[in-house]
Formats: sequence, C-alpha cells, structure tokens
Amino acid sequence: MTSMLLRVIPLPFRSAQRAKYVFERNVMVYRRAWMIIFSGVFEPLFYLFSIGIGLGGYIGDVTGPGGELVSYTAFVAPALLASSAMNGAVFESTMNIFFKMKYQKTYDAMLSTPIGVPDIAVGEISWSLVRGALYAASFMVVMAGLGYVESWWGLMAIPAAVLIGFAFGAVGMACATFMRSWQDFDYVTVVTLPLFLFSATFYPLSVYPPAVQQLTRFSPLYHSVELVRAFTFGVFDWSLVGHIAVLVGMGAVGTAVVGKRLHRLLLT
Amino acid sequence: MSDALVIAHDLTKRFGDFTAVDSIDFEVQPGEAFGFLGPNGAGKSSTMRMIGAVSPITSGSLSVLGLDPVTQGPELRSRIGVVPQEDSLDVELTVAENLMIYGRYFGLTRSVIRPRIEELLDFVQLNGKRDEKVDKLSGGMKRRLTIARSLINQPELLILDEPTTGLDPQARHVLWDRLYRLKQDGVTLIVTTHYMDEAEQLCDRLVVMDQARIVAEGAPADLIVQHSTREVLEMRFPPGTQEENIAQLGGLAERMEILPDRVLLYTPDADSTSSEAHARGIRPVAQVSRRSSLEDVFLKLTGRSLVE
Repeated sequence: MTSMLLRVIPLPFRSAQRAKYVFERNVMVYRRAWMIIFSGVFEPLFYLFSIGIGLGGYIGDVTGPGGELVSYTAFVAPALLASSAMNGAVFESTMNIFFKMKYQKTYDAMLSTPIGVPDIAVGEISWSLVRGALYAASFMVVMAGLGYVESWWGLMAIPAAVLIGFAFGAVGMACATFMRSWQDFDYVTVVTLPLFLFSATFYPLSVYPPAVQQLTRFSPLYHSVELVRAFTFGVFDWSLVGHIAVLVGMGAVGTAVVGKRLHRLLLT
Repeated sequence: MSDALVIAHDLTKRFGDFTAVDSIDFEVQPGEAFGFLGPNGAGKSSTMRMIGAVSPITSGSLSVLGLDPVTQGPELRSRIGVVPQEDSLDVELTVAENLMIYGRYFGLTRSVIRPRIEELLDFVQLNGKRDEKVDKLSGGMKRRLTIARSLINQPELLILDEPTTGLDPQARHVLWDRLYRLKQDGVTLIVTTHYMDEAEQLCDRLVVMDQARIVAEGAPADLIVQHSTREVLEMRFPPGTQEENIAQLGGLAERMEILPDRVLLYTPDADSTSSEAHARGIRPVAQVSRRSSLEDVFLKLTGRSLVE
C-alpha cells in the first residue's frame, strides 16, 4: 500500500521511511476501538439494504450504463459504495486529524522523535486507505453474494474505492489543517451532503438538463460514482481515464497541501 | 569548552516581526543541569524548540551533540529526550502502550522496548498504573509518564520545558527527585522554568531570560551574590500608607524595591535593619526576614517579578 502511494505522491514525501510507525500507532489504538471499524463496514451495507434493496424493490428496473435494463439495486449499489468511501475518508481525515493536531498534540509528540512531517502525512493517508479497502471489500462480498455484481470487473471496485478514499482523505486532511474549531465541521456536511445527493448517485446523469449535467461534472463524487459503476457493470469508455485523473489529481494536491500545512503549523 | 553538548552563538528566532529569541549565546556542558529562568514569553520555549530540532533557527548558529538541528534533525532527535510544556500523551492508549509506541517512533524493536518499559515505570513509580488509560491519571502522574516516555531512547540530553508547571507541591518534589537521579546517572538536563525554587533546586548553572535576551548567567548561588544582598527584609503596610512609610525608610538598606503590596529592603542583615526601622517608629502590619533568592536577582535585573 505504502509503496503504491510512494509513486503517486510528490517528491518531498518519498523520504517517509518512518510512516509505518504512524500507521502502527493507529493499529494500536483501533485494536481496542474495533467497533468503530465495524461501523465503517456497516454504513454502506445499511445504505444498500435501505435504498438499494428497499427502494430498489419498489422501483424495479432502470437503464444501466450500457443502455440495457438493470435492477435499480445493481444501479445504485456502486454509487453507495463510492459515497460511503467518500464519507468514511472525509470523516476520518477531518475529525481525527483535527483532534490529534489541536487537542491531543499527537503530531507534536511524534515530531520530537525522528519522525518527520512526510512520515505523518503518508502514515495517516495509508491508514485511511487500508480502512477504506476493508470497508469496500466487505461491501463487495455482500453485493456479490446477493447477485448484484454484473461483471468480474466488479473486483476492481475495491481499488477504485481506495482511490476515492485517497482523493477525499487527502483533501479532507488538508481542510482539517485550516480548521479552527469544531464549528468549522459544519462546513464539511455542507459540502458532502449535496455531493451525496446530486452526483448522479440515485439516478443517471441524463435525468438532468444539459446545463445541470455540466455542473454535476464538477462534483468529484460524480467521477467516483461513474468509476465504480463502470467496474461493477464492466462497461468502459474513455471517460474512465478522466474519472481516474480527477481523483488522482485531488489526492496529489491534497497530500502536497497537507505536507506544507503541517510543516507550517508544527515546525515553526 | 569545545566538548559542550549545546553551543549557541548569536542564536535568533523571529516569527514575522516578532523576535522571540534575540541573539543569545550559551553553552551546556556534559552532565550538568542547565536552566533557563524567565517569565512567560521570555523566549525559553522557543529556544527549547530550536534545540529540539523542531523549530528552524532564524539566524546565528546552534550545535546540539555536535549536530546541526536544521540539516540533521532526525539523527539529533533520536539522541535526545523531550518533555514538552503541554502534555502530549496519547490518551487513546494505556500507560505501557504510550511507552511502547513512542519507542517504536524511534525505530526500536519491541523486544528492546519491553524491558525498558518495566524499568521506566519503576523509575517514575507508575508500575501500578501499567494498563490504565492515560486520561485516568492525575496531573503529576501524567508528567511522570511524560518523563518516562522521554527516556525510552536512553537520551544523552533531556530537554524539559516547564516540567512542574501546574503541579501541586508534593508532585513537584517527586519530580525533582527523579530528575536529580537522572543527573546522578550522567544525563545532561536542560530545564526551563519560571519558578525560582525549581531553578535553585535543579540547576547547576542557569541563564536568566527576559524579553528574548539573556540578562544574567551563572550558578544560582553566584548570581545571588553578584546581583543581590545576603538578606531581604519584606515589609507590608496598612493599605494606603505604603507611600508615607517609604519616605521614612531612606538610608536603611543598600537597595529598595517597591512592589504594589509590599516593600523589599536589601541588606546584609535583615534583623538589624528591622530594629533600626522600629527605632524610627515604622510599624508594618507584617514583615518577613529571608535570604535573597533568584527572584530578587530577576527583580533587580528587570524591575519585575517572575510570576505575575
């Protein structure tokens, strides 16, 4: 995981050999707080059962990405996976990072050892990726078990969810370094809720008039949803490259900002 | 003097327009307990952070253990211990886990850390709290755990930033005792404090800092001899009468400091000064004769008391 990250992230972060200790610290904490990990597994499943299967049974079939008729559950499930990958990453990166930085002084303690800012950035982001992968994998197991995965390409939904986690986690962590108090977390909801509702999550983009379609393309969650949906249906075109590029770009910019900000905040 | 552990020359730290440390010079010798005494905001913590290689110097030069904090930060930090002003313990972990993960930050293996945890818990008398969560500990225990944590890498130099601020007297004495033992074991200590008794108890040598500069340097006893008289007579007068009484005190002492609530008379012999004052008909509501302390040194050098 870390080695994959090392290729994606900018040069100053390659000196992060001690990131594994930052990761290890999180493993140590969550060994006891495994309920939190557990709830991360269940969030997307709750979505799947309520909206996917509950509402889906009522709606019946819709037009899938390849133009064929598919069940609404199969249509909405990848979007729910993408959304919970976003929510999980944003929550983890903003709340936890803010708490560790402002209140617990975890990073100050780490930085008085040989650990450096790149180690912290890479360690924290890797941790959220591993969590994201775990959540996505358990979701896919349930989805496949219920027969809603249309293609073997569906396996690729797991790395896709990890990429989504990287993109939103890095940006979320960057935002957390600008936050002054817990009140600022209201802005997080102000951003993520509309993204969740309007990113072609519950219905195809074609429902919107052309102008709104253009607007939706600015939503990073839209690209996430389309990416996962392409894999679960095994229907690809060139737009896939664009979706991936948007997410990789977000992750890279977020990570770079995190490094700069942590440096400014902690090492002055 | 070249075997000094810390050598600072013309050391300066600026944050924008604000100068936190203004071209100070000092050296810390191996095995000594070196103090930075000064009020809040004097620049002590900024100096500590530069020594600890977490804050780049603005100008001048600084060498710690023969290393450059700016370019050799990780190596330097692996050989020192830091007790920060604010507790930075991991409240989500237990006492022993805090020590374990902190040791891991240094890249030590678990099998190396395990025996050290037992040793250190013994040393700071926290063996009974081994598996407690950190947030259940008292302030004094947290400080002791922070000290144990700072020793996990067996540092040659220990930096303590206001180690006993906010602790009750008993907890402070326990802490001082542990620090004294460390010094006996040959660990070099750098301590910042705004408590003169702490500086007097712990430090072989200290610098007095005020407004980003060093205003005096030496052993506590020498500083007192240099800058103050042997004894001090403190007098408190009924409210509103301090001024008229002061008018009558002329010539009684070598030097006089007037504080809002009392007058300090600097004299070689407080008792005889007291008798003379009484002979002049001066009647304070309360008075104390005492030895001069670092507080008096600070008062003389800056015109202000240390803890306001």
